Amino acid sequence: MKRHLLSAADLSRDDAELVLTTAAELRELADRPIKKLPALRGRTVVNLFFEDSTRTRISFEAAAKRLSADVINFAAKGSSLSKGESLKDTALTLEAMGADAVVVRHGASGAPHRLAHSGWVRSSVVNAGDGTHEHPTQALLDAFTMSRHLGAGKSGQSLDGRRVAIVGDVLHSRVARSNALLLHTLGAEVTLVAPPTLLPVGVETWPVETSYDLDGVIPKADAVMMLRVQRERMNGGFFPTAREYSRRYGLDGRRMATLQDHTIVMHPGPMVRGMEITADVADSDRSVIVEQVTNGVAVRMAVLYLLLGGSEPAVGGEE
Amino acid sequence: MSTTYLIKNVSVVGGTPTDLLLRDGVIADPADAPSDAETVDATGLVALPGLVDLHTHLREPGREDAETVETGTHAAAMGGFTAVHAMANTEPVADTAGVVEQVWRLGREAGYCDVFPVGAVTVGLQGERLAELGAMADSAARVRVFSDDGKCVSDAVLMRRALEYVKAFDGVVAQHAQEPRLTENAQMNEGELSGRLGLAGWPAVAEEAIIARDVLLAEHVGSRLHVCHVSTAGSVELIRWAKGKAAKDGTWDVTAEACPHHLLLTDALAETYDPIYKVNPPLRTAADAEALRAGLADGTIDIVATDHAPHPHEDKDCEWAAAAFGMLGLETALSVVQQTMVDTGLLDWAGVAERMSYAPARIGRISEQHGRPLEVGEPANVVLYDPAASRTVDPAESASLSRNTPYRGMELPGRVVATFLRGRATVLDGKLQ
Repeated sequence: MKRHLLSAADLSRDDAELVLTTAAELRELADRPIKKLPALRGRTVVNLFFEDSTRTRISFEAAAKRLSADVINFAAKGSSLSKGESLKDTALTLEAMGADAVVVRHGASGAPHRLAHSGWVRSSVVNAGDGTHEHPTQALLDAFTMSRHLGAGKSGQSLDGRRVAIVGDVLHSRVARSNALLLHTLGAEVTLVAPPTLLPVGVETWPVETSYDLDGVIPKADAVMMLRVQRERMNGGFFPTAREYSRRYGLDGRRMATLQDHTIVMHPGPMVRGMEITADVADSDRSVIVEQVTNGVAVRMAVLYLLLGGSEPAVGGEE
Repeated sequence: MSTTYLIKNVSVVGGTPTDLLLRDGVIADPADAPSDAETVDATGLVALPGLVDLHTHLREPGREDAETVETGTHAAAMGGFTAVHAMANTEPVADTAGVVEQVWRLGREAGYCDVFPVGAVTVGLQGERLAELGAMADSAARVRVFSDDGKCVSDAVLMRRALEYVKAFDGVVAQHAQEPRLTENAQMNEGELSGRLGLAGWPAVAEEAIIARDVLLAEHVGSRLHVCHVSTAGSVELIRWAKGKAAKDGTWDVTAEACPHHLLLTDALAETYDPIYKVNPPLRTAADAEALRAGLADGTIDIVATDHAPHPHEDKDCEWAAAAFGMLGLETALSVVQQTMVDTGLLDWAGVAERMSYAPARIGRISEQHGRPLEVGEPANVVLYDPAASRTVDPAESASLSRNTPYRGMELPGRVVATFLRGRATVLDGKLQ
């Protein structure tokens, strides 16, 4: 694996499968009474969050702590975009504290890339979501969740030929970008479904299909991933009303009835119930939304473990 | 008494090597060279008329941490320029006779390059009401070029009035063509890469829509229009069409400029997320650069202008979205034009003289002093250029106060050996005098 995880494109198929296999081993820990491993004892992981994201930060924090790393949470209120301390000065501070890995969430696309490549820090950088660019650990946990339900092949990780529909605000979604790249790497067939205003320019060059017609896509899908649609997008004129959006692109009970029996429903959270997904769908048996959260910890443990030089098996080491 | 220079064996605008005598501020007959004339061996060098930049940001007053008139004109001289037009987006904005006269006076005091201030079209660049264009035209600075550069005069009525109003003093409106609503928060060229990188796109249509509107307005009111920093293939097409139309009519006139960075660099550089490549209008695709080169070669694009835009280190040493737009250009312009236009066979040196000296001087209405042929009796504004040299660009060597050159580490052809402003060497042996 590369030293940083900035984009899902950084992962080869072997890398991605290694993360998923390692996560599967680490996932077993969640069912043990003592959930902790000594693998990263003495290492320091900094969670550097320029944007509020309680769920992602807690997930990374739990992952690092279960591997016995020291965790520093650094909530940098206001980036240099809002005339706060500059990203560079924050980075130099962390470097001085001796961080081994920096998990960064930032509102500006490419900020983790700058952190990794500007010579400001020597530590490994993990992108925990940057602007409207990428969120690679979310894609890994989504792939992990899919593989547990739909996986085939010897290791059970393969998503070859599985059909995944990603529905909603693709234009502004870092989750969609990372998933499109990673799921393609893992052999899945991805279809992005959105109104034309919420598909990025150049999407035809992505390794995916696109559609404007949700009803035409989901009966064939093995997994349906709903993306959050922020109500403020309505003010940008991306669609006329929330009601119209829900009618055309929301997943409700009627649409859920057209899914195949084995098809799962996913959402990266936080959900806007009643907008892109109705409560009866979110709370149904098909919904793996809560499981995604649990899997998130295992996948992030695997990422931190592998980036920080774990060449030995994570579980069943010398201690 | 000023030094008399006898320049030996120089290829004047690419012609057969000959001698040039610079005496008392003018070009004189080499046969009259006095015995104490300082001889410059110019074997292998090309002499061009002193370059004229229609689009320079000198940042003074207001952002003297980025550039001053003095340091900016040092950079200009090092790049072979003898005249620059200083854009109006200073703090305070150059929208009154007082500010343009201050900038003009600072240029005269520095003495490295003539500085012709550009006046703002609207008060405070706010796009709401016309600045006192007549007062700036009548001031000591004799402003003829008006621009809200950095911002677009997007209001169609205001643009129409500006185009009409400047006719009274033979002025020209230089438009920064950028439809504001289509480019809110825009970060880079809108295309496959912006979608992938998650950076908000600056679509070509936002430039082309304004150019289309403005050429129609210029035709309607019979005015002169200059289009700043043309960056897209579609813009070149529109300007080509407008020029064809204007040529038949004769009462109106459209001119356009391209920047060296748009000729050489492409949006692929944004993949580094290094904002040294962040500029407005943004770097476009290779096809756009190709169209600009073709347009510059066939005269659709009249001139090369640098859009030299200095920024302090901290405004570039950050995340892309937080960084300032703009890049240095004065010291590398001629080299980039050599690489993209001359070495490719698209322009000869006479063409370079036209695009970088004669034409910009005509558009700026300064051709009594600048952009003159290198003939006896003409002002001794001359640059000596060595096209056989090459160099690796090192930002630390820049004469500008800022270091934000996108050519950092790149090998570029050519070197300015000497620049003469009215017979005085501002650069000699490649060194600022």
